[in-house]
Amino acid sequence: MSTRIRVLIAKPGLDGHDRGAKVLARALRDAGMEVIYTGIRRTPEEIVEAAIQEDVDLIGLSILSGAHKKLCQKILNLLKEKGADIPVFLGGIIPEEDIPELKEMGIIEIFTPGASLKEIVEKVEDIAMERKV
Amino acid sequence: MFEREKMHEIEKSKKEWEEKKVERTLSRFPERKKEFVTSYEDEIERLYTPLDIKNLDYIKDLGFPGEYPFTRGVQPTMYRGKLWTMRQYAGFGSAEESNKRYKYLLEQGQTGLSIAFDLPTQIGFDSDNPMSEGEVGKVGVAIDSLKDMEILFDGIPLDKVSVSMTINSTAMILLAMLITVAKKQGVPYEKLRGTIQNDILKEYMARGTYIFPPKESMKLIVDIFDYGSKNLPKFNLISISGYHIREAGADAVQEIAFTLADGIAYVEAAVKAGLDPNEFGTNLSFFFNAHNNFLEEVAKFRAARKLWARIMKERFGVTNENAMKLKFHTQTAGSTLTAQQPLNNIIRVTIQALAAVLGGTQSLHTNSYDEALGLPTEQSVTVALRTQQIIAHEMGVSETVDPLAGSFAIEKLTLDIEEKAQKYLEKIDEIGGMVKAIEAGYPQKEILNSAYKAQQRIEKKEQIIVGVNEYISDKKEKIDILKVDEEQEEKQIEKLKNLKNQRNNSKAEESLNRLKKAAINEENLFPYVIECVENYSTVGEITNVLKEIYGEYRESTTI
Repeated sequence: MSTRIRVLIAKPGLDGHDRGAKVLARALRDAGMEVIYTGIRRTPEEIVEAAIQEDVDLIGLSILSGAHKKLCQKILNLLKEKGADIPVFLGGIIPEEDIPELKEMGIIEIFTPGASLKEIVEKVEDIAMERKV
Repeated sequence: MFEREKMHEIEKSKKEWEEKKVERTLSRFPERKKEFVTSYEDEIERLYTPLDIKNLDYIKDLGFPGEYPFTRGVQPTMYRGKLWTMRQYAGFGSAEESNKRYKYLLEQGQTGLSIAFDLPTQIGFDSDNPMSEGEVGKVGVAIDSLKDMEILFDGIPLDKVSVSMTINSTAMILLAMLITVAKKQGVPYEKLRGTIQNDILKEYMARGTYIFPPKESMKLIVDIFDYGSKNLPKFNLISISGYHIREAGADAVQEIAFTLADGIAYVEAAVKAGLDPNEFGTNLSFFFNAHNNFLEEVAKFRAARKLWARIMKERFGVTNENAMKLKFHTQTAGSTLTAQQPLNNIIRVTIQALAAVLGGTQSLHTNSYDEALGLPTEQSVTVALRTQQIIAHEMGVSETVDPLAGSFAIEKLTLDIEEKAQKYLEKIDEIGGMVKAIEAGYPQKEILNSAYKAQQRIEKKEQIIVGVNEYISDKKEKIDILKVDEEQEEKQIEKLKNLKNQRNNSKAEESLNRLKKAAINEENLFPYVIECVENYSTVGEITNVLKEIYGEYRESTTI
């Protein structure tokens, strides 16, 4: 069995600003992970299906449009429905006051503007390792 | 520009200065960084002198403002005659709320409107479409039908206020709505002033609000050019936008190279459709980013003007000088704003705005300091507008035309950017033009490489971002954030339901059928879209008709 970490980077919702998602995808890949990037405008259903099919260790969502609460809740619900225990982290323009609610929902980590790639890569490694043990 | 003998003297003196002064200083005080580089990773010289611009020909390369190649500006007197248009990009929630914000901004001295639409409106989904869930009214105003547009411009005289609309794949529909509202206000088409973004190519490259494949999208644009150049003489029918290309991570050279390459593609398509570039060329406008590196940015704007003038004249044989002028709107760089210590963003925006003004912009949007956190509040947008007014009236920079010209550094950077952008244009020609280049993922890859490199420079602290990787503070600045009413989505859906109950549904359907037929017959679709709009067909309904015939585009993802 491969020990390489597999990550799905996804952009749910309609926002097309994918610089952060693409730059992070490349950084994760450069750190030795296998990265699948869904491209923009994917529905929660498409994302959850891709995550299960690709058997990923983690899902990273990038949302900047303000629709994060609804989209995250939907994705987490779908994962639960399908019995897929895959941790989900989130990056984007997320108001601080929404963070506790998102964490309570089950989002494992939230990165807001200014987070460094190094920080995100390390965190992703930690989360994945914990699961693999 | 200088005599040969003088050049030799300067060269000799410079060498002496380097050997005697600089080396001694360096041995005692090494410079702060090993390398000083531009955004496009060219080395920045320690000192620029006449030697760097010895081949510059004043008349050929600069000329006079309002004269070919327009390096020094598109009007002879520039801001002495008329200041740039102060145009804040705004819109959120419902048409009623946005209408209130526009009236507020106009009262505060803003001189033009710039409408932000929500993503469903931009991508052709009605508010009740499942894809719209959570997005209605979030990053702009929600518009489903002419009804909403009537509310949006209620009490705003369209013969006096120019309106810019950031709309691309659904540009034809929204423009049809705008001109229908104007008609209802009694404003003749020839008096209507404004701009539609209508630049689809950069959507595939950077911003993502495309619907149809590139070829079909280009047809819609040409249809707008055709109809608009005959009926809307004062309207800019496209704003060819480098802004988003830069925000996606491009450097300064890539920003103007890819934008001008898009411009070439539009002109080619229009010429192929039989339109005269001497005519529609005057209805083209551009949109650039004012980023952080001040000198480089000023040079970028000057280089872009010069390149476009040459493209129109030499490549397209344009003889009308007005059709060679690159007129542009500028927005300060949203991506440079930090969520940490947000008040610092006011300073960033000020200096970026100054670069735009010294670069000769025709119109300017200054970002609000809270935009890395959410949508601007009334307070933050007021500060942003005041920033422009202070630059315009208090700083003296608008009193003389192109004041930085002749600076050795500015002129050298202008020449360098021009030359490097030219190389990209040649490369894109080799690929077979911008539509092919985009389909092959070429500019996307170039942009991503630059974005990745820029991020690495920040992480290695080769580039300092105050408050982010240096001068970090634990103390949090408390600022208010604008909240869009979460119930607004339901209200909008309710409004849409009422509209469908109240309008004449058979008339709406008939006009949609006529549009469908026209699309199959490859006619100019604009008159048919106007008819659909007049009958209160929705953005989603009109888009769906075209989707049936044109299909939808899905990107190939490169990382």
